[in-house]
Formats: sequence, C-alpha cells, structure tokens
Amino acid sequence: MPDTLAIKRISATPSAMIPLSSLRSSGPVYSKLVDISKCIGCKGCEVACKEWNDLKVEQTANFGSYQSHKDLSSNTWLLMRFNEVAVGDDDVDWLIKKDACLHCEDPGCLFACPAPGAIVQYQNGIVDFNQDQCIGCQYCVSGCPFDIPRFDKETKTVAKCNMCIDRVEAGLEPACVKTCPTNAIQWGLKEDMLALAEKKVETMQRRGFEHAALYNPGGVGGTHMMYVVPHGDRLEDYSLPAHPVASPMPLSGLNVLQRVGSYLLGFGVLGALGHLLAFGQESAEDSEGPGA
Amino acid sequence: MSMSRRTFLKATVAGGVGISALGFDLRPAYAAVRQLKIRNAREYKTVCPYCAVGCGTIAYVHGSGGLNTTKTIIHVEGDPDSPINGGTLCPKGASQMQLAISPRLRKSPMYREAGSREWREVDWDFAMEWFARKFKESRDNTFIEQDTQGRTVNRANGIAWVGSATVANEDAYLITKTMRAMGLTYIEHQARI
Repeated sequence: MPDTLAIKRISATPSAMIPLSSLRSSGPVYSKLVDISKCIGCKGCEVACKEWNDLKVEQTANFGSYQSHKDLSSNTWLLMRFNEVAVGDDDVDWLIKKDACLHCEDPGCLFACPAPGAIVQYQNGIVDFNQDQCIGCQYCVSGCPFDIPRFDKETKTVAKCNMCIDRVEAGLEPACVKTCPTNAIQWGLKEDMLALAEKKVETMQRRGFEHAALYNPGGVGGTHMMYVVPHGDRLEDYSLPAHPVASPMPLSGLNVLQRVGSYLLGFGVLGALGHLLAFGQESAEDSEGPGA
Repeated sequence: MSMSRRTFLKATVAGGVGISALGFDLRPAYAAVRQLKIRNAREYKTVCPYCAVGCGTIAYVHGSGGLNTTKTIIHVEGDPDSPINGGTLCPKGASQMQLAISPRLRKSPMYREAGSREWREVDWDFAMEWFARKFKESRDNTFIEQDTQGRTVNRANGIAWVGSATVANEDAYLITKTMRAMGLTYIEHQARI
C-alpha cells in the first residue's frame, strides 16, 4: 500500500476513536478550496464528476432554477446549488454553491458507521465509502452534519463523493478541480490552501465584502473541502450549517458496546477454560479413565 | 493434574476461541481503492470540437488498434499542456466523449415536413435530394446577375452557409470553394481553431 493511502480511521473499529498511526511518516495532506466568488455556475465540475466516476444519468426537469438536479443522490455526488435569497424589497442575491462531501477531519459518518471497514479515512484527508462492506443501515446519513451521503435503493448501499481517491492516489487532482474553467476550485496541500484562502479573504474584504470568510468549521475538526464565502455572516443562505459538530464519543456508542461485548465474551471463555484446567471436568473425569 | 490428550485439544480450541474473541487486532478487511480507469489507456491529444475557443483535450482509448479489433473511447479530459485551457473544460467539453459513444446519438437525418409536428427518420439519399432541390430553388429565385449599375456580380443572395464547429480546416476550405462557386456571399464558419 502506498504511503499516499495510509489509513487514519476505519469505521466500527477502535481506530474510529483513536486514529491509527503508521510506521512511516504519512504523505501529503490535501484539501480543495472552493472560492465561491469566482464560480460562474457553469456546472463543469458536475459533469466532470459524473464522467470520471461513471455515475448513471438521471432524468432532470426544469423546476424554475438553473440548478440541474433537485438534490444530491447516490448517482449525483456533486450538485451546484443555485440559491436565490431576497435582499430587502427589490433585490435578490444569487448564491451558487458547490455541494459535495466536505471530507471532515472528524467525520460524523465514520463515527456513526457500525460496519467495520465500510467508511475509511485516509491520512491524506479523504473519507471514502466502501460499498463492499456497507450494510445499508444509513447511520452515516444521520451522522453527517452536512446532509451529504445518499442511500441507493438498488444496491442497498450509501454513496457520496470520494474526492476521486483513485486520481489522488495516482498524483492527479480530483476531476472537478481539473475541469474548473475559472479556477474557483483549487487543489493542493491543506496548508497551502489555508494560506491561499487567507489572501483571497483579504482581497475580498478590501473590495467591499466585509464579511468574507473562510469556511473550515472547527466543530468537525476542519474540512478537506473548504469554501471562501463572500457573505460569511449569512452561511445558511448558502445552505452551509454555521456550527456543524461531529465527535467520536457520542455516536460511536455502538463501537464501545461491541468492544465491551467481545471482551466479556473473551473473558467468559477464558474463565471457563481456567476453571476446566484448574478443577477439571468433574463428571467427565469420573466416567473417563486416564489416557482415554 | 495430569494433562490428557483430550484435555490438551480442548484447551487449544478453547484458547483459540478466547484469543479470537479478545480481538487481537483482526483488522477488518477493506476493499482496495478503485483502480485508475485510465491507467492502461492510450492517450490521444486532440481539440474540443464544440466552440471557437479550441480547448486542448486528451482522449483516453482502449484497444490496441490491431487489424482485428475496434477501439473504444473511455474518457476525455482537458490537456494540462494546452496554453488555451491548461487542462480545464466547460460542461460541454467535459462531456464530449458522448459525441462519440452516446447511445442517444442520431445516426441518420431527421425530417419534419412543413405543417407536420412529427419528426421522422429518412435516409441520406432522400435528404441529399431534398437539400439539392431546395438549394437550387432558392438560388434560382434569388440569383442576381447584375447589380443596379449593370456590373456582373452573379450573387446568390438568398442563401447563407454556416459552417459547423466540428469541420476541420480542409472541410472549411472545400465549403468556401464550393459555396463561392455557387455564388454565395454569406459564408460563415463558427470555429476558428
């Protein structure tokens, strides 16, 4: 396994609470940076995502918006949301947001998942769903503070953006990043993206967007898709939760129970064995002769 | 207490069960990441056919090109080396693979008669004959041999020709030559790539 795919957490194992450490130093930690102010809403990323990941086509219908699909689905991992928000009496803000998995540092989906190995977090920041191990319980759907994972009725599994982990592993940027014609989506080391975001926010504040801000919520330990938001004081208008929270303890109760259960079982068997060795099998010893 | 063979076997089995239940890092197996689908594909550098920008693209193709085989395109993405687009593509460009492989592509001309609401599939012979007839009709009706000052011009002002973005340089040359010979003056070609 290449270092670029060193694993950090595996769902429903102790590593969900205590991240794994590896012998080798882990590779680069990546992040996407989406500058909402530069996005023209062309949906190139949407198409590139469908194309690269071979996701099935869904019939869409016009519902009075430039938005293509009404909602994310198991076959639409990336959706450009076109939110129209009234400003005063005679003005409207047209807020376009790239909606896809944010790849949290503390992934609520992974903490909630009871299927070992169905959700894996890599050291490079990517949180990937593994449909082969998914049991279709949809705990991840309720565990996600951003409402991203979607259940697929046909395969009975849950799916979401995997940050094109196959591309990232090969040293390529995700498909949406590569295709973006206005450089609204950038890709690189998380630290570089943070520095870039700082500059962008500064520029925007200088140009009159005084509430411009970086969206990298601390409640989920930061994300690996960050936004530069022109109106940082109106996050809900972008359908971004202002204070998303995910922590391993409350949601991984199932893991803890599993561990406790297996320890109880283990000690039970060991105790029985100890009893057998120490005191023997009374009735059996009586009926069987030595060397039977 | 003497250890009989049976006791030993029992202890081994019980011990094995005990150790497994304690879970000495039986890390759950997880499937490997999906393999890079273009890893063994051939790369063909080409140009997006859709508009006048002329973005550089790379077409990824499966198939050896051998005499007994056919090739199939599996992926298209922007060419990072192109100075035009640096690897980026708009939504149309990003989906251009569909131009080659989409099952929804029309393979024959469609015809809607005047007054009809239905499109129907026609063969190429029909389409060519229909087109030639209409072309001649319009040309005959609107041909100007001399302008108002009596100079010979031989113009067919009733027809305009709009070239497609998917035609290549050579096609564009042929179109220009042919249409000029017919007397057309309104000749346009959308893509300048």
